[in-house]
Amino acid sequence: MSNPGLYIHVPFCRKKCPYCDFYSVGFREDLAEQYADAVLRNLRYYNERYDTVYFGGGTPILLARHIPRILTECDIEGSAEITVECNPCEMDKETLEILFNAGVNRLSVGVQSASNRELKALGRAHNFEQARRAILTACEVGFCDISADIMLGTPNQDHVSLVYNITKLCELPLTHISAYLLKIEPNTVFGKSLAAGLRSPALPDEDETAGLYLSAARMLEGIGFKQYEISNFAKGGMESKHNLKYWRREEYLGIGPAAHSFYKGKRFAVARNLREFIESPRQIEVITDENPDEIEERIMLGLRLSEGIEKPHWERVKNAFPLIPEKYYKIENERLSLTAEGFLVSNEIISTLLAHMEDL
Amino acid sequence: MEYLDNIRNFCIIAHIDHGKSTLADRILEQTETVAKRDMEEQLLDNMDIERERGITIKARAVRLKYKADDGNEYIFNLIDTPGHVDFNYEVSRSLVACEGAILIVDASQGIEAQTLANTYLAVENDLEVVPVINKIDLPSAHAKEVKEEVENVIGIEAMDAPEISAKMGINIHAVMEEIVKKIPAPKGDLNAPLKALIFDSYYDSYKGVIVYVRVKEGTVKPGDKIRMMASKAEFTVVEVGYMGAVELVPCDELKAGEVGYIAASIKSIGDTKVGDTVTNAENPAAEPLAGYREVAPMVFSGIYPADGAKYGDLRDALEKLQLNDASLSFEPESSVALGFGFRCGFLGLLHMDVVQERLEREYNLDLVTTAPSVVYEIQFTDGTTKMIDNPLNFPDTTLIDTACEPVVNAHIYTPSEYVGNIMELCQNRRGVFKDMQYIDTNRVDLHYELPLNEIVYDFFDALKSRTRGYASYDYEIMGYFPSKLVKLDIMLNGEVIDALSFIIHADKAYERARKMAEKLKEHIPRQLFEIPIQACIGGKIIARETIKALRKDVLAKCYGGDITRKKKLLEKQKEGKKRMRQFGSVEVPQEAFMAVLKLDDE
Repeated sequence: MSNPGLYIHVPFCRKKCPYCDFYSVGFREDLAEQYADAVLRNLRYYNERYDTVYFGGGTPILLARHIPRILTECDIEGSAEITVECNPCEMDKETLEILFNAGVNRLSVGVQSASNRELKALGRAHNFEQARRAILTACEVGFCDISADIMLGTPNQDHVSLVYNITKLCELPLTHISAYLLKIEPNTVFGKSLAAGLRSPALPDEDETAGLYLSAARMLEGIGFKQYEISNFAKGGMESKHNLKYWRREEYLGIGPAAHSFYKGKRFAVARNLREFIESPRQIEVITDENPDEIEERIMLGLRLSEGIEKPHWERVKNAFPLIPEKYYKIENERLSLTAEGFLVSNEIISTLLAHMEDL
Repeated sequence: MEYLDNIRNFCIIAHIDHGKSTLADRILEQTETVAKRDMEEQLLDNMDIERERGITIKARAVRLKYKADDGNEYIFNLIDTPGHVDFNYEVSRSLVACEGAILIVDASQGIEAQTLANTYLAVENDLEVVPVINKIDLPSAHAKEVKEEVENVIGIEAMDAPEISAKMGINIHAVMEEIVKKIPAPKGDLNAPLKALIFDSYYDSYKGVIVYVRVKEGTVKPGDKIRMMASKAEFTVVEVGYMGAVELVPCDELKAGEVGYIAASIKSIGDTKVGDTVTNAENPAAEPLAGYREVAPMVFSGIYPADGAKYGDLRDALEKLQLNDASLSFEPESSVALGFGFRCGFLGLLHMDVVQERLEREYNLDLVTTAPSVVYEIQFTDGTTKMIDNPLNFPDTTLIDTACEPVVNAHIYTPSEYVGNIMELCQNRRGVFKDMQYIDTNRVDLHYELPLNEIVYDFFDALKSRTRGYASYDYEIMGYFPSKLVKLDIMLNGEVIDALSFIIHADKAYERARKMAEKLKEHIPRQLFEIPIQACIGGKIIARETIKALRKDVLAKCYGGDITRKKKLLEKQKEGKKRMRQFGSVEVPQEAFMAVLKLDDE
C-alpha cells in the first residue's frame, strides 16, 4: 500500500459526447505523439514506483500506439493493475493486442447502455452490438478483467429498458460495472440546451431516477456484482484498485492536462490546456488544496464506499445522526456506512454530517 | 426689508419619473452653482438607492444665485421633497418652508395621484403653484391636453406654462423667469422672536445634528441659545449657514425669510423633529408654528441578521440609520425561529424597503425579515385596550372583546379603461367603494376605504401590474374600525414557526394559508425527511402541504480523482446549511421567508 497510483489523462476524442465536460480535444496523430513525449518527460521527473496505472480520458485507447513506450518507461510493480478506458468503436483486435502485449490487464469499456435508443439519445457513436463484439474480442485477445460503464437516468430510460440493459450486460464476460447517474453539466450540449429551455426528451425525474438506481443496484447484486462504492459494482475481488485509492485517501499522481493528484499530502491539478502540457518541460500544477483536512476527507470519501468509515472518524459527526433517517445508514463492526438508499442522497447526508462536525 | 425681495423659496412637486431631479440639475446648471465638471447626475438625490429608484427619500435643500432678465440677482432656495406617500408629513413640512412650488407634469402622462395630493397640499398652504410641462421631446407628448387637465383638475392657470425638456435642457430659462415672476418673495419680521421651521435634519459625525430650517420670524446666529418648542430641548448655536450645492457654507446669521442650517452640537436627531419650531430660549415666541405632529410608524416588521453572530452589527447599523431617520424606530425582540433581532417600525412599505436595502447594502448585512404588520387595537373583555404591532402578542381569541384595524382613505388615479381591474383588486383587498369621479375625459379618481393591512404587502405592485403602470395612488389614515381578525400560524413538521405567524381577516385566512403553504413547499428544498407544512388558526388546521423526502442527489462520475471539485460542492452545500434556519430537523432557507412575504394574488 505504500506506492502511489498513476493516473494519465488522455485528452483526445474523435467526437465530444453531448453530456461530457471532461477535458478533451479532437484527436490528431501528431498531437498524440507530442503528448506521449510530454507524458514520458513528466514520468521521468517524478521517478516513482506505481502499483496501479489508469489511462483515463478522453478516449485513451486512441493513444494505444504510444502506450507501450509509456508503460516501458514507468516503474510499475509486477502485480499492478493497469487499466485503459476504451470506446467500443476503437476496440479492434490489433489495437487490443498492442495494449495486451504492453502489459495492460484491465479495460474499462464505455458501453453506456444496451439499448440503442438510449445510446442514440446520449449521442454515442456506437450501438450495443459493436460494444458486445468489442468486449468479446478483448476476451479473445486475453483480457480477463473487463469493466463496463453504464449510465442511469438517461433520456428515454425506464424500468423496462433498465432490465433489458442489465440482462444484456449479464451475458457478457464482465468482472466490473460502473453505473453512473447522468448529470447535466452546464458547459455541455445537454446543459446548454437545458438552459435554453430545450429539455432533452424524456429525462426521468428525481423519483424515477432514484428508482432506476435502486433497481440497478439490486439487479447487479443479484447477478453477482457486489456494490463496493456508490457507482461501482464488482465480482468477488475484482474491485478497481486504482479507484479505491481515491476513496481510501491513498496517494495518486496525475499526469496530463486536467489530471488531478493527491501526493505528499497535497491535492493539485494540471491546467486544462494540451498545448501548454506539450510545450512545458514539466506540467504546470496548481495546488487545489494545500492542506486537506483528513477527517473531513475520510468522511466525505469513505462514505462513498460500502466499507464505510471507522469509529474514530464517525464519532466526530455523531451529533448529526438524529438528523438522518435510520434507513440511510448502518453501523456494523464499528464502521459507519450508507445503505443503497443512503448513497442516493449521500451529498445531503455528508454535508449534514460535516455541518455538525465537532471540533476537537 | 429689501433683502427679502430677491429671495425665492420653492420646491418641486412631481410624480416619480416625471423628471424632478433632472429639472433640479438643470436649474443648478443654469445658476452655475455647480461647475459642470462637478455635476454628478441628479445631484440632489445623493443616496445610491434614491438614484437607482429615481425617488427622493429625504428632503434636501440647496441655495442658488440667479441673475434674472430684469438685471437683478436673486437667491433661490430649492427645497427638494420626498415623492412618496410614506413621507407625506415630511412633504407637507417642506412645502410650508416655501412660498411657491413648481409643478412638473409629464407631457405624455398627465397628472398622477401623488402629484395631485401634493399639489393640493401646496394650495392648502397658500403656495403659488407654477406648472411646468416636461418631456415635450417625447413623441407621445400632448402638452395642450395636459395643460387643460391641470386647469380642470387643479384649477390653476396653466395655458402659459413653460413647455420644457429637462433631459434635453430645452426651455429651462423660462422656468427660471417664472420662478422670479410668479413666486412671491418671503415675508417675515426681523425683530420678532425667532421662529424657524425644521424641515429636515441629518447627523454629521463632526458637527452633530445639522438642522435644516426656514426662518419665519426673527434671526438666529452663533452663540444664540435656542429651544425646540415641541421637544423642549435647548442648545447653543455653534454655526449657521446655507446649503451650497456641494457643501455647507457658514454665514453670520440667518434672517426671517431665509433657508439655511443650524449646527448646535446636537447629539440626538430625536431632539430635532421635522415640523418642530426653533425659537430663541431667552426671547421665545409665544406660539409655535402650526402643523407639527409626532410621526407614528405605521408598519412593523421583525428584522433579524441571517447570521446570528451579526446581531451587534445590526444594532449598530440601525442606530446609525436612526441618526438620520427619526421616523425609524426599533426595539430588540427575539424569535424561536430567527433568534435575536429587532422589531422595527416604519412610516410605510417604501420606507421599510429602503431601510432594509440600506442595511444590506451600506452595512453589508444579510437579513431575514418577517411579514410586515400594521398596528392593531385590541379591546379586551376586561375592558382594557392594547395596541399590538407583533403577531406574537396577539391574544387568545377568548380574551378579545373587539379587535380593530386601521383603515385608510385611498384615492387611485387611473385611465378609465382600468377601472374594472382596480375595482376587482380593491374588492379582493376588502375595500369599500366610496366614490368615483372623472378627472378629465379619460382619467378617473377612485375613492376607496381600504384596511391598511391589505395594502401593506404588495398593493402598489398589484395596482401597477393591473394598470400597466398607469395608475397611482395616495392614502391617509382614517382611523380604527372593528374587524374579524385572527392569527394564522404556520407549522413545519408540527412545530409553530413564530416568525411566519401573522394577523389576518378571518375571511381571507383560508386562501392565504393555502398560498403560504404552497409557497413554502416551493421554496423549502426536499430534505432527508418528509416535511408536513400546516397552516392553522388556534390549533385548527386549515391548509396542508407536504414536502416529499429527498430521493437523490447527483452522483456524477468523480473523474480522474478530482476530489477537490467534489469537496467544493459539499463545502458549498454545508455552508448553505449553515445559512439555513434549523427548526428541529427541518432546514428553511431564507428565500422561503422572503417568498411568503411576496404573495401575489394574481
